[in-house]
Amino acid sequence: MRRIRRWAPGLLLVAPSLLVLGIFVYGFMGWTLRLSLTSSRRRDINWDYVGAENYRELADETTLTGQRFAIDVKNIVIFTLAFVVGSLVVGFFLALLLDRGVVGESFFRGVYIFPMAISFIAIAIVWRWLLNNGTGDQLTGLNKLFSLAGLDFLQSDWFKSDSGFAIAAVALPAGWALSGYVMALFLAGMRGVPEDLREAARVDGAREHQVFWHVVRPMLLPVTMSALVILVHISLKTFDLIYAMDLKSLKIDTPALFMWFTTFEGGFFGSGAAIATLLLFGVSLVIIPYIWYSVRAERRS
Amino acid sequence: MRPGAAFPRALPRLARRLALARRLEPGEEVMRRRWRAFLAVAAVTAVAAVSACSKDVNQSPQGGTDASKVEVMSWWVGGGEEAGLNAMIALFKQQNPSIEFVNSGISGGAGTNAKAQLATRLAANNPPDSYQRHAGKELAADIKSGDVEDLTYLYTQQNWKNVFPQGLVDAITDNGKVYSVPVNIHRSNLLWFIPKTLSDNGIAAPPKTWDEFLTQAAAIQAKGKTPLSIGPAWTQKHLLENVLLGELGVDKYNGLWNGSTDWTSAEVVAVIQKYIRILSYSDIKSAGADWQPALDKVIEGSAVYNVMGDWANAYLSGDKKLAFKTGYDVTTAPGTAGVYNFLSDSFTLPVGAPHKAAAEKWLALCGSKEGQDAFNPLKGSIPARKDADTSKYKDYLATALADWSNPSTKVVGSLAHGVVASDAWNTEIDTALGLLVANGNPQAFAAAVKQSYEKNK
Repeated sequence: MRRIRRWAPGLLLVAPSLLVLGIFVYGFMGWTLRLSLTSSRRRDINWDYVGAENYRELADETTLTGQRFAIDVKNIVIFTLAFVVGSLVVGFFLALLLDRGVVGESFFRGVYIFPMAISFIAIAIVWRWLLNNGTGDQLTGLNKLFSLAGLDFLQSDWFKSDSGFAIAAVALPAGWALSGYVMALFLAGMRGVPEDLREAARVDGAREHQVFWHVVRPMLLPVTMSALVILVHISLKTFDLIYAMDLKSLKIDTPALFMWFTTFEGGFFGSGAAIATLLLFGVSLVIIPYIWYSVRAERRS
Repeated sequence: MRPGAAFPRALPRLARRLALARRLEPGEEVMRRRWRAFLAVAAVTAVAAVSACSKDVNQSPQGGTDASKVEVMSWWVGGGEEAGLNAMIALFKQQNPSIEFVNSGISGGAGTNAKAQLATRLAANNPPDSYQRHAGKELAADIKSGDVEDLTYLYTQQNWKNVFPQGLVDAITDNGKVYSVPVNIHRSNLLWFIPKTLSDNGIAAPPKTWDEFLTQAAAIQAKGKTPLSIGPAWTQKHLLENVLLGELGVDKYNGLWNGSTDWTSAEVVAVIQKYIRILSYSDIKSAGADWQPALDKVIEGSAVYNVMGDWANAYLSGDKKLAFKTGYDVTTAPGTAGVYNFLSDSFTLPVGAPHKAAAEKWLALCGSKEGQDAFNPLKGSIPARKDADTSKYKDYLATALADWSNPSTKVVGSLAHGVVASDAWNTEIDTALGLLVANGNPQAFAAAVKQSYEKNK
């Protein structure tokens, strides 16, 4: 009886949220997975099981769906690499600069973080103009800036490029929006390193860059991991930014957009659920090792 | 039995790890209060859940005779559309002072958001009393799943079959039944240009056929101008339908949508090939972000032609303050003289509408002369009826109305705007078109579109 008194109230307190999570997150994941194994259409959720047919079609490059999905997978890999690496590098250097103790630090911190407060739709509208690839009278945005600076060779077709790497241009606005956030994470991480540790290293004769490399850097690993996980899952889910940049352009199409059009415009619920399940699988490839890693780290401490 | 005995052994450990309980010393008094608080929360949740469920159960699937109010769902929430809808609502209130009008407008994405929310409500058997759809095949999925009522009786009662053009009635009839009431008509097959740009470039008149366009285009390109401006993917589909219509003619164009014209035939593939050539004379490499920026290039004179629906008229005459005929002009898209490629917004009566009697009154207004003449001059479209008050429609709209009510005009439906192809097929055509634009393979496009038709018909 005493033992029950110890744990029962706690369990009951978290029970509502466990219940809600159970239904609306894990229950719906299961529902989506189940739906992805059927030939369901909009309004006719028929539970007509077709096995892995929807997945097979996505993998089959002789079908329309398969061809588009292949493009989407290639695009999302390019986008994720460009966006995550870009944001991490830029965010890290911004943090490094601010950590030196710049005059007006809080002002700059605000300036760099602000883009995150803007909705992706608004960012897309602004950057769609900045990344315009018109020539002559239609020259605008970055290309015009390059032309004024005499750097014409830097001009690009950006997200309208035929190179197959058009989606990398979308990483520019996405990185612009998120690198301030990454900076904040890194800055917090750097500030979290106790001053006496640095002092000790200095006393031992370490130069400033050695202090950073041997003392601060190793302690930034958890921050880097968090930033990585946050960025990767944002990257896989990015929808509005691309939707508003160039609607239905296959050059910058991703699985998230394909899922939306398949499900909600075409009404192919089964096929859309299959894409959603694969997306979830992609996200869990990143999240699960991270959870495993942090649980282990917690248990060790 | 102890209350916790049924829980698996792992749960208490989990609960202890997650909850605060471990840190608090559980005094008897505190305990009891917590229990009570929990029970209260649980009870509220349970009551809410039960009442939410029972709401569905209570709603009669037959539709109510209650006419105290009417809920109308549309995506007309801005600009001329909203003004037009408000004019209709005012008229409705005047005719039916006892009925409360609930305007459930949802903005965004040319109806995409409204459609997504509508799908949820239909799935939950909680429909509005009437909702907006593009007339034609866009409604096919709703008809198939029994979401909308057959409105043939209303057409008979209101004599609509005699006041709407036959081509329109044919396009919205499904197995002899009609399920929606068209309020307005837009035209897709139009070629917009600035007269001065034509004379500056030594062009006597806009092209009558796509071959003539290609000849003109080569000359225009040689002068360093863009022959045809274009926008995002949907405007490319808009162009495709008008190239198909202009090259194949009315009968074969209609056949594309009912299976009687073979997509993979040499003739159709040749037209698709021609479409790629036409695109090569467009600015697709630096296409505008939407249809307005594409038109802007025509207004500035850097591009000569633009194929767009007649919503362009409101933009050119309203936003850009250009004079019709002198400042800007329009003609039918090449090869489509005497043809009216239409699209239309229409309203439906969902099965299980809670206020059916009031909804019927709303639909009657939608199809009436007064209703359409109140809405359309503000929206910048023409009425679906042939007997509209012509004095209300000026400039371009006057010419459109004259063409629409001309008995010799042939009416066909638009692909890009949901008249001739179901949502499912249309979505797959989007994918096929994206691939066509990227790799220029007309055979693959034709085969994919044909296959998708077979799959989705």
